[in-house]
Amino acid sequence: MRKILILIQKEFKQVLRDKMIVAIIFAVPILQMLILPWAIDLDVRHVSISIVDLDKSTYSRDLISLFSASESFNLYSYYDSYKDAIQDLQMNKVDVILTIPANFERNLIRDNGNQLSATANAINGVKAMLGTYYLNMIIKDFNQQIVLEWYPQIESSLSNSIDVRSSVWFNQEGDYKNFMVPAILVLLLTVVAGFLTALNIVKEKEIGTIEQINVTPIKKWQFIIGKMVPFWAISNIVFIVGLLIMVYLYGIPILGNVGLLLLYANVYILSILGLGLIISALAHTQQQAMFVNYFFVMILLLMSGLFTSIDSMPSWAQTISYSLPITYFIEASRAIIIKGAKFSEISNLLLILGIFVVIMNGLAILTYRKRS
Amino acid sequence: MHHKKKNNTKIFKQFGAFIRKEFYHVFRDKRTLLVMFALPAVQILLFGFALTNELKNANIMVVNQASSIESKEITDKIEASPFFTIKMAEHNAENVETYIKQGKIKAVVIFPENFGRATGKDNTVQLITEGTDPNIAKTIINYINAIIGDYQLTELNKNGTKMPFTIDVEVAMLYNPELNGSMMFIPGVIAMVMMIVCTTLTAVSVVREKEFGSFEVLLVSPLRPILVLISKALPYFVLSFANLIIILLMSKYILGVPLKGSVFLLMAESMLFILTCLTFGLLFSSIAETQAVAMLLSMMGMLLPTILFTGFIFPLENMPTFYQWLANIVPAKWYFIVVKDIMLKGVGFASIWKETAILGGMTITLTALSLLKFKKRMQ
Amino acid sequence: MKHKELIVDGVNITDKYAIYAENLTKKFGDFTAVNNISFNVEKGEIFGFLGANGAGKTTAMRILSGLIKPTSGTAYVAGYDVYKEQEKIKNNIGYMSQKFSLYEDLTVVENIKFYGTIYGVKPKENKERTFTLLETLNLQNEANKLVGSLPLGWKQKLAFSVAIFHIPKIVFLDEPTSGVDPITRRQFWDLIYDASNKGITVFVTTHYMDEAEYCNRISLMVDGKIAAMGSPAELKNKYKANDVNEVFYHLAHSAKRIE
Repeated sequence: MRKILILIQKEFKQVLRDKMIVAIIFAVPILQMLILPWAIDLDVRHVSISIVDLDKSTYSRDLISLFSASESFNLYSYYDSYKDAIQDLQMNKVDVILTIPANFERNLIRDNGNQLSATANAINGVKAMLGTYYLNMIIKDFNQQIVLEWYPQIESSLSNSIDVRSSVWFNQEGDYKNFMVPAILVLLLTVVAGFLTALNIVKEKEIGTIEQINVTPIKKWQFIIGKMVPFWAISNIVFIVGLLIMVYLYGIPILGNVGLLLLYANVYILSILGLGLIISALAHTQQQAMFVNYFFVMILLLMSGLFTSIDSMPSWAQTISYSLPITYFIEASRAIIIKGAKFSEISNLLLILGIFVVIMNGLAILTYRKRS
Repeated sequence: MHHKKKNNTKIFKQFGAFIRKEFYHVFRDKRTLLVMFALPAVQILLFGFALTNELKNANIMVVNQASSIESKEITDKIEASPFFTIKMAEHNAENVETYIKQGKIKAVVIFPENFGRATGKDNTVQLITEGTDPNIAKTIINYINAIIGDYQLTELNKNGTKMPFTIDVEVAMLYNPELNGSMMFIPGVIAMVMMIVCTTLTAVSVVREKEFGSFEVLLVSPLRPILVLISKALPYFVLSFANLIIILLMSKYILGVPLKGSVFLLMAESMLFILTCLTFGLLFSSIAETQAVAMLLSMMGMLLPTILFTGFIFPLENMPTFYQWLANIVPAKWYFIVVKDIMLKGVGFASIWKETAILGGMTITLTALSLLKFKKRMQ
Repeated sequence: MKHKELIVDGVNITDKYAIYAENLTKKFGDFTAVNNISFNVEKGEIFGFLGANGAGKTTAMRILSGLIKPTSGTAYVAGYDVYKEQEKIKNNIGYMSQKFSLYEDLTVVENIKFYGTIYGVKPKENKERTFTLLETLNLQNEANKLVGSLPLGWKQKLAFSVAIFHIPKIVFLDEPTSGVDPITRRQFWDLIYDASNKGITVFVTTHYMDEAEYCNRISLMVDGKIAAMGSPAELKNKYKANDVNEVFYHLAHSAKRIE
């Protein structure tokens, strides 16, 4: 026991002595927590639109005024030819171009129907889809207005329609900070826990002090625990400070139980520490450790549903997502923080995280061969 | 004159020796080399195929208390759409809250008891979405509305009440007709991955020399600082460029991203971008004294901002002005625009000269800064 | 716990030898780093282990200190089997590696306390010995300075003192004086003699042939084999050389493996 304590003590001293490292461990996450959440807003607002009006009729003007009144659209410009308008689209100035054909009004009445055409810049698929959706809605409204103008009696059949009454549960205001702050917290926790451990052990390898440790009677597990405890503690501190910022600065309350959240966080930290250990066993230099680590951190971040929805991924990618511990921790922390989930509702997530702890650390012990 | 010429050859030889040394360093370390090439490639494939902002196969639940034809038909329509997967179908709303809390479903469509049976009576579909990700919630609402709206229209037409004066909209999806989400994400992933790899690699390698003391040897060498810097950066430039070519080939032939514009232009822009990232790395290296610090700086300090400010996951135009301004100093943002425009839109230099100029300006500024730092060290 | 006594050819190895090696071999794939070497080191002896770079010295030393297992052969260190009792070996030896083995970002006292505790030196004992150690090395004023800030010579002396802090039966020194100035080397050897006088067996590899003269006995490794072994005087006699350096040149001349 004394041996483990002195190992832990040594580790703490070494980490805390390097002012630069301490600054990075604590200041960088906190700074990012403070700055970044404000930046993120996936809401597609203000789709920019240019309208090519070849008709110049009452109807076309009515339609244009509907667009300029709409909150969803930002009317960029009118043109008399499609050729001029397409240049804006190419320069990324507009997302959608609506073309009202010549004689639109006349033909609509004469032929009992007519066609408008829209061109969307589909590189940003989400924006294109939503943009054309909004566009369709406006045109539908416009269409109804015209129909009612001519056949007021038709209203009854229209009103007989199906209503969709939608409501949003949890995060009703649609505030992106509620979505992002917990996510960034998880991310920083992952980087701190996984990265520091791996880097630290490889550093001993590179300097050669590990050689000295290897000839001492310290056992494998003692050494590993000596390394894990300090970084486990640091991760906890970072997480708790992050939570305080979340609650008091961003005013995002933890609807569920804080203790429960900490429990999940700690199980998660243990699994990530295991990952760090595996990497440290495989890498010979800090440079290698860093790249492998960077690789895993990127995968953890981008495949875990932190920023994008897992449902939208192809099924093989979902398989990857569901074999990452972070996926379950994000699920759990959002459930606890935003949805106020009780333990009974998410107990399976704890079980899965627990299995990860066993697998990761088991692998770590296997890989971490003391004599190498 | 003659003497000067001789001096020049001497410098040239020294310079050659330096470069050779750097190449040895980089290319002898097979493990690092493997990591450097394999990891970005795997990431591009993985993220290129997997990541998208679009809503696809969102898991939802249908609570059908009515079991009428209409509710059945609407349910079928929802199921048939690529946007939704009906993961659960139950007859009462008892478990809705639990499922949502567990994250099993993102939304619930509830048909009330009398839905559809007697027309005009309780024809309200209730839709509950989970708002954790506001964008998804909003998109679900839109799509469900659209599906139900469509359904009504076809029903009306079926009943013979043809709507007069129907206005159709013919929509053309330019540059990406299949609305393939990866078209947008792949250039973003390329820019992001390259930026992180190039910058960190350079920063760490230089700091590594500092740490082992061999940097001092370089400093006392007769070579001019700029040449020392160039010789340090050159192998990484070659390496990164090879890397980028592999990645671009992969995105064209494996991920199926079209290359509409000029290959040469893309290559030239890529070289410029790599250069920018390298100089970024040099600057980092002058701040950090140990490898650990350089790595932590680039991992913790750079990873998140690069993901955020490249602009492929999170639209920059939605950000507050300050952040848009901040995004401007992230080279990946500009390169993302360039790749997107050349590959997908096939534009020429005239459309991207601004981005090019910005990347060029950054490179020059960063080089000057690094040189300044470097010279200070020598004194 | 007393281990079982080992009797080989009627000699009780445990009593007589600190290190006993017979036909010790280590192969890495096709490469035979240590080729069938046999030697004994008596208790309290200063045993010099010489050889060119790549001759197999470090591998042999790593086997004896319980870091790697041999491919074949027998070896007992402090009476423990290198195959099965590596942990026990580790408890009974000290080790000072080629690479600097103390933590540069810990202070002198912190390093001593750390390694002392690792080897199970009781806290009270730890304090007392630390005091004596600082006094012997004349490091009282540097006690709370970071090890990284000390000059190399001091660091090496400190590393040695830390390696024998727990009073092991044997101490392994892997080129302990490389890069150290002559005066410090002299002082370093004084420390080695002190340790030897206290009954600690010293097993040392070195590059400096003049240092070989300080050893009770030396062995010379060439291409994984022991080419010669004996006291410096014996070897000089045998090869009709003026100093060990000449002996070394004579034998190493035939070496095929030189880094």
